[in-house]
Amino acid sequence: MTIPTRIPPMLCALLLACAAAGARAASPAELAAGYAGQAGTAPAAARGEQFFTTRHGHEWSCASCHGTPPTNTGKHAATGKSIAALAPAFNAERFTDPAKAEKWFRRNCNDVVGRECSAAEKADVLAWLLTLKK
Amino acid sequence: MRIALKTLPLLALLALAAPVAGADDGRRVGPLLPKYAQECGSCHLAYPPGALPNASWHRLLRNLPRHFGTDASVDAVTLKEITAWVDANPQTWKRVGEAPPEDRVTRSAWFQRKHREIAPAAFKRAAIQSAANCAACHPRADRGDFDEDSVRIPR
Repeated sequence: MTIPTRIPPMLCALLLACAAAGARAASPAELAAGYAGQAGTAPAAARGEQFFTTRHGHEWSCASCHGTPPTNTGKHAATGKSIAALAPAFNAERFTDPAKAEKWFRRNCNDVVGRECSAAEKADVLAWLLTLKK
Repeated sequence: MRIALKTLPLLALLALAAPVAGADDGRRVGPLLPKYAQECGSCHLAYPPGALPNASWHRLLRNLPRHFGTDASVDAVTLKEITAWVDANPQTWKRVGEAPPEDRVTRSAWFQRKHREIAPAAFKRAAIQSAANCAACHPRADRGDFDEDSVRIPR
């Protein structure tokens, strides 16, 4: 199986399909476009920032571990282990593997929101992360 | 639910730490399964398999979606792979006896004995945060090296 180095945004709209195919290389912008496509609405960075930095009825926000803004090394709120920067401009590995992004959204949204995040929420957060520049 | 966070002060009290002894205690760390290191080493140190008895590992692996108050779930294939690896590599340290309360390494009798000289407050320091944060004081913990001589306790 060949792994495409660039995945067309339309293909990534079917993100689960991408993950199932074991696709690894993608760009954060392509992932963002994929989530936006799934959501069917335009992403809003401001909404993403709000979502990221506030709590959702549970003990942690996204920022509890990733920091505010998530441009530096974060720290796990329970264990203290350091977490590499989340914003793609500060960590080139972030959001380049659709399956990995999905895995962490699933786990962390469950912790922070108590459910999986919607595609719109993911699109908003990623849109905000992409506005963070050096 | 944030059990882990709430019990940290308690954990710190229980886990009275002291630097660990040398190589005379039967501790050894074989190579880690890459999947294990990747999946289990993101939020905390990929703890040496020898630090818990097999029964504890099995309970932890069965309950990853509810892992000390967080969702640490992995896909079915990964779960199977890690479980098989744990079973195929029984390397439980000699000092490890019964499964510790809640299957927490930090509540093991041997862990508490080894760390008894560490003041409970030390575990709460910002640079340490938790007795589970091995690497805060054991700089080579990720390589399975917990030797006392390399211990540096952050102020």
